[in-house]
Amino acid sequence: MNVNADVVGSRFAPNLRDSTSTARKSRDKIFLFGLWFATLCAVLTLVFLILTTLLKGAGRLNLGLLTNFPSPFPEDAGIQSAIFGSLWVVTTSGFASLFIGLGSAIYLEEFANSTSRITRLITLNIQTLAGVPSIVFGILGLAFVARGWLGWGFSVGTASAVLTMMVLPVVVVSSREALKAVPPSLREGSYALGATKWQTIRKQVIPAAVPGIATGSILGVSRALGESAPLILLGALAYVSSNPTGYSSDYTVLPLIIMKFTQDAQDEFRAVGAAAIIVLLVLLVSLNLLAIVIRDRSRKSW
Amino acid sequence: MNSTLPEKHILQPSGLKLRQQRLEVVIKGFLAVIAASCVLITTGVVVALVRPTVDFFREVGITEFLFTTDWFPLYEPPDFGVWPLVVGTFMVMLIAVIIAVPGGLFVAFFLSEYASPKTKRFLKPFLEILAGVPTVVFGFFALNFVAPNIARKIWVFSDVGFYSALAAGITVGLMILPMMTTLAEDAMAAVPRSLIDGAYALGATKRETCTGVIFPAGLSGIIAAGVIAMSRAIGETTIVLLAAGSTANFTFNVGEPMQTMSSFIGFAGLGDQATNSTGYRTIFAVGSMLFVITFGLNMLSQRIVTRFREVYE
Repeated sequence: MNVNADVVGSRFAPNLRDSTSTARKSRDKIFLFGLWFATLCAVLTLVFLILTTLLKGAGRLNLGLLTNFPSPFPEDAGIQSAIFGSLWVVTTSGFASLFIGLGSAIYLEEFANSTSRITRLITLNIQTLAGVPSIVFGILGLAFVARGWLGWGFSVGTASAVLTMMVLPVVVVSSREALKAVPPSLREGSYALGATKWQTIRKQVIPAAVPGIATGSILGVSRALGESAPLILLGALAYVSSNPTGYSSDYTVLPLIIMKFTQDAQDEFRAVGAAAIIVLLVLLVSLNLLAIVIRDRSRKSW
Repeated sequence: MNSTLPEKHILQPSGLKLRQQRLEVVIKGFLAVIAASCVLITTGVVVALVRPTVDFFREVGITEFLFTTDWFPLYEPPDFGVWPLVVGTFMVMLIAVIIAVPGGLFVAFFLSEYASPKTKRFLKPFLEILAGVPTVVFGFFALNFVAPNIARKIWVFSDVGFYSALAAGITVGLMILPMMTTLAEDAMAAVPRSLIDGAYALGATKRETCTGVIFPAGLSGIIAAGVIAMSRAIGETTIVLLAAGSTANFTFNVGEPMQTMSSFIGFAGLGDQATNSTGYRTIFAVGSMLFVITFGLNMLSQRIVTRFREVYE
């Protein structure tokens, strides 16, 4: 009978019999309970994730963790090589993806005809790249960068190149958005004063778009900092006991040393992994805060 | 781009202006080359996958690949029946989607219709941080929290060990949840306010508005988001590699360890394979499958959005 009311009456029309029914109200309550439950699950995931990490890792969180190298003795094991490895790889891929990403974005937004086939092709490509699982970038790196065509081996350079490709879509998309948000009046003013196209872009459009571009590339960098899958294929899942000295050095990075420690059979080493997670999370949260500060500081209305 | 001044307006180019003009052309060309390099990456992915995959199928034969059910490619003698990986991938994806899609949808309903601005301000950063947590951290979480406290408790059909597809799937679901929420919220935001207000004006409760108006009106976007979530779950490597073990069991019991296509690639990539071995080419063959499946799903998602979108006003 209840079912009938649902079918006959439109689902939300004030059906006289239905509008007062307690069934309707209790269904509302069940729905609301479901919503609260789902939301609570999301919040609790983060809470438990942090708690689990802290419980396991807080005991190992000391200066030695940051300054020591991996060691066969858990109490001496540290992550210095991974911190420097991450620094090398993330800085390089950050700058490289900013250069390529911003360049492409400027071309697509300022120079190319937005309806031309080439623009559409490039846009489609970037969409595709954004959807490719990260491990596939590892395969690409394995085939062309580490071995084969470039033959850079398992090195800082290889990792940087692969992460650059992976982060690129993020940077391109956010830079394009930032450039789009620059009002045409600014460009027209510049042209009216006799500036050429490139002068306008360099002196007016890019400075106006800097906050958006910066936010986007910080997001890209934090993705590169946390990414693990492609580097599994590129030799980073190892205890490396020296800092990289150049682009051809052996390396490991924070996410991969965490993975290595987490996989360890000895519980003491897993605690080191948990402590390293805390370090990684602190780095990521500060990067994100930086992005938020930049975004809020420079909120301009045109 | 949208406000170009034709170069013709410059009457008599002086030497300086000529140089400037030449510079402009050079810069434009340079930027075009950079933009084209993005296309090169995608081409690179395809090329990297195709050659070794073709070689792989020359050696192994597509019949063994598709019609046998043992997957031991790195053993001697090797077996190349891909079904354990397919089933593993499907099971992990299924569990993840069961959690992430309704979960994300519910959180999105909550955020767009129920939550007060204050609650929203509190919740949004939570979701943003959760979305930014690296997958390796989720993998650690899967082993140290989800497996012992959730997977082992809820799976009554069999014992759940240290590694299980269930723990991996749950964790992957939790990882995708923020993304699903954002995409579903976007889909709901595209539903015109007048439609929602109309429902309220007719006396509908919030639930009835959500399920009777917002959901059907935003359905194309929501389905597209679900398809993206599937693609994400299929491509996830690190969590599965850490939490589901490295044995390619051919089973539907998610309480057991399983291997997915992506976690196999990660696993095989570890043991430095000789470049010319069949084992090495296996990585590429499975990678091709993974690429084709996720690419297909992403395309499908875009098609759904463009073809079935309800256009209002």
